[in-house]
Parts: sequence; structure tokens; C-alpha cells
Amino acid sequence: MVLISYIKLVYSYVLIFLGEVAMLAGETLLSIARGRIRPRLVIYQIAEIGYRSQLVVVVTGAFTGAVFTAQAYFQFASLNMETAVGSVVAVSMFRELGPVLAGVMVAGRVGAAMSAEIGTMKVTQQIDALRALAVSPVDYLVVPRSIAMFISMPFLVAESVGCGILASYYVGVKVLNISGVYFLANTQKWVDSSDIVMALVKGFFFAGIIVFISCREGLNAKGGAVGVGRATTYTVVNCSLAILIVNFFLTMALNIIFPAG
Amino acid sequence: MTKKPLIEVKNLVQKIGDQEILRGLSLDIIEGETLVLLGKSGGGKSVFLRHLIGLMHPVSGSILFEGMDVTQLSERQLEPVRRHIGMLFQDGALFDSMNVFDNVAFPLRERGEKNPAIVREKVAQALAMVNMTGHEHKMPVNLSGGMRKRVALARAIISPPAVILYDEPTAGLDPIVSDSINKLIRHLQKELHVTSIVVTHDMVSCYHIADRVALLSEGRIYFIGTPEELRQTTDPNIRDFVDGRSGETIY
Repeated sequence: MVLISYIKLVYSYVLIFLGEVAMLAGETLLSIARGRIRPRLVIYQIAEIGYRSQLVVVVTGAFTGAVFTAQAYFQFASLNMETAVGSVVAVSMFRELGPVLAGVMVAGRVGAAMSAEIGTMKVTQQIDALRALAVSPVDYLVVPRSIAMFISMPFLVAESVGCGILASYYVGVKVLNISGVYFLANTQKWVDSSDIVMALVKGFFFAGIIVFISCREGLNAKGGAVGVGRATTYTVVNCSLAILIVNFFLTMALNIIFPAG
Repeated sequence: MTKKPLIEVKNLVQKIGDQEILRGLSLDIIEGETLVLLGKSGGGKSVFLRHLIGLMHPVSGSILFEGMDVTQLSERQLEPVRRHIGMLFQDGALFDSMNVFDNVAFPLRERGEKNPAIVREKVAQALAMVNMTGHEHKMPVNLSGGMRKRVALARAIISPPAVILYDEPTAGLDPIVSDSINKLIRHLQKELHVTSIVVTHDMVSCYHIADRVALLSEGRIYFIGTPEELRQTTDPNIRDFVDGRSGETIY
């Protein structure tokens, strides 16, 4: 009985959570469609989200590409297939690792900061002050962050993938002595524009996941500093889980549109 | 002739969890008056104030403002109503990412004022009214409690509202700063002819600023009258509150 009531509780929490995130997304998209956009805030948020997240995304992409190359080389070398390493790493970086790792890192860096900032505003009545001044918190706080995130995320994914492939080339060719010509030839042979589109589409979806979950957690924060801390933790956990789960379904759907190979 | 009420509150009921905070509160607020709402801590005074501006929605009851039932309006529909009502939150609720100038200029800019010269002039006027000239570039974190309240008041009055709601304007302030806030509330009423609703525990403040006083008890209005009537009442429940008697003995 305890187990059933626990499952019911989790089930209702997930439904409420998904409903609130969807409603916030709907309200935000409606505000954007109605032109309730503050360009100055959008530019500020692009700097916060896009510009200041570059280092973390670049480092993550580069070292993932490097370590993946090394592991692939150690396995493929025994089969004399070292020259296939470049294409395997590039396709993986484009289709999976680049978008997912950039998404998780941005969720940790930007999502947490977003929910902490909005959560603090909530518990210190600044959100109520906005409403009392006839300013919608969705228009003022969520819309600029959403637009900035949707613009920035595909670029961050592209940077992550690009740096991953560059690091892969450096480790494969300069450190592990794979033939550079074959490495590049195989990479070019197996990577096409559909892989790039897939990376960018995933980046766009992950942008929505991060911004709407983070803002929802911030706007629902209550109970002072503890509540803000909890909102921040939930943001990172929920964003990371949502990215991993949605990534699976996106991969299945996008592979129908853009088959691999 | 009796003036028509600007705000009519009818049978307002609000529950938070299992606790019934407001139990059919009814109250008329007359245009141009300063109504002081007294009551015990946790008695629902601030909750009532938040209903007037649509920050909370009641379980039942209505609040008519200029003929519109505020309780039935959505967030978007409330925006025009909120442009006519200013609110001073208990701790000011200043935006901590903005300095004093930007906090006070915020309502003007949000209502489409693009001319920096007009914004500067109006901010200077609002800050002068609350005796905060010269503090424009300070951040909220560097202000004292009284200064924060005065800046918040400047923000509330920069686009002159028809009604100002004050949530404990003198709470936590020393008697001198409290007196300056009281004088400011009176001054604003005379200058801007606004209707004011003030939630407070502070009896000195109450007698200083009130045209009428209402006492909230058990979620309803227990008493309403002039400060003079409050002073002369012999009702023991009211006298205990007014004279600050808990009924408990130490020895």
C-alpha cells in the first residue's frame, strides 16, 4: 500500500510538473507572438547565457572528443581500423555527445543561475512587486531568457561539436599517429549536412527544456533561502534528466527524417 | 451626502491550507480617505491587502474597484487595474539588481516613457517627495530599512495612482523614521489626493494618519469608525488591542 501511494505521488508530481512547464512555455510563446519583447533584456541575456557559457562548453566538447578518440583508437587499432576513428567520433559528436553534453553543462551553469535569480526574486516579493506594477513576470523575466536561450544554444552546440572534432583530430593524428589524410577523408565521407542539422535541432529543443524548467522552478520557489536552494537543485536534476530522456526520443524521430550513413 | 465607495469588498473568504484566514470580510473604502486596518499578527491583514490588487484570489466573495470585480480578472486583465493602484510592500521589495534611480524609473519605462529627460525629472520629483534626493546611484542592499521603504514609496507614486496600499509601512523602524513615514503618507494624501489603505500594528501611526480605522478580528471587520471613536470605545476586545494588553500575567 505504501508503495502504491508513493507511485501515485510521484505520478501526480510528474504530471503537475509537465503541465506547469507546458503552460509556462505556451504563455511565453504567446507573449513572444504578441511582440512583448524587451530587446535590451534579450541582448543582456544572450551575453549571460551565450557568451559566458562558451568556455565551459568548449572545454567539455574538446575533452570529450579527445577521450573518445583515444578510447576508439585503442579498440579499433586491434582490428586495424584506426582511420575510422575520425568518422565515428565526428558522427557521435554531431548526433549525440555535442548537443547532450552542451545541454547538460548549460543546464548546470545557466539553468541553475536562472532559477536561483528568479527564485530569490520570488521569495523576496520582487515578483509580486513586478505584478503590482502591472508588469507580467513572464513577459519581463521568461521571454528575454527564452529568446536568448533559443538563439544561443544552437551556437553553443556547434562550438562544442567543433571543438570536439578538432580535439579528436589533434589526439588522433598528432598524438596517436593516425594518418591525417585517411582521418579527414573518412570523416568527410561519413559526416553530412543531416548530422549538422540534427545537432542544431537537438540544441534548439534542449534550449526549451532548460529555460522553461529553470524558470518554472524559480517562479515556484517558496520558503526563503532553503526554497531557492531546492529550486536550484531541482532545476539541474530535472533539466539533466529531461535532456537525456528527450534526447532518446529525438534521436529516434530524427533518425527517421535523417537516416545515419 | 455619503460618498460612493471606490472599493467595495463583499464577503471575502480565503483559506490557506486548512486555516480560514478571511471569513466573509466586507468593507467599503471611500474615495480620498486614509483607512487604517488594524489587527493581530497573522490575522490576515496583509492577505486582505494582496487581494485588493489581485496578487491573491479568494475562495469566494468579491472586490469591486470602479465597478469591476477584481477577483474575476485574469493576470492580463488585472494589468490596467494595477496601473491605478500602488503598493508599498513590507520590506519595500525593491529590485536588487537595479539602483535606486532605475527602481523608481521602472514603472515609467515600463509604461512606455522613452524620453530620458522626462524620466530623470520625474524620478527626481518622486525622490524629493520622499526625501531621498542624492541617493540615486545606491543599490538597495546599501540602504537602511527606512530608506528602502521610502524608495519603494517613490516607485509606487511616480505614476500617480488612485489608491496606495501600505503593508506595515512603519514596521521595524525607529520612532523618528516612523514619524517621517507617517508624515509622508499624510503629505502624499494631501499632495496627490489618493485613497490610502494602511495595514499596521502601530497605534501612534494609526492616530496620526487615519481618517477611519477598521479592526480585523477572526477574519472579519470587528470595528470600523473614526480614530476618535476608537479612542473612546469601551469594548474590552478593542481596548486590549488598542492599549496593548495581552491578558497574560507574569507573576
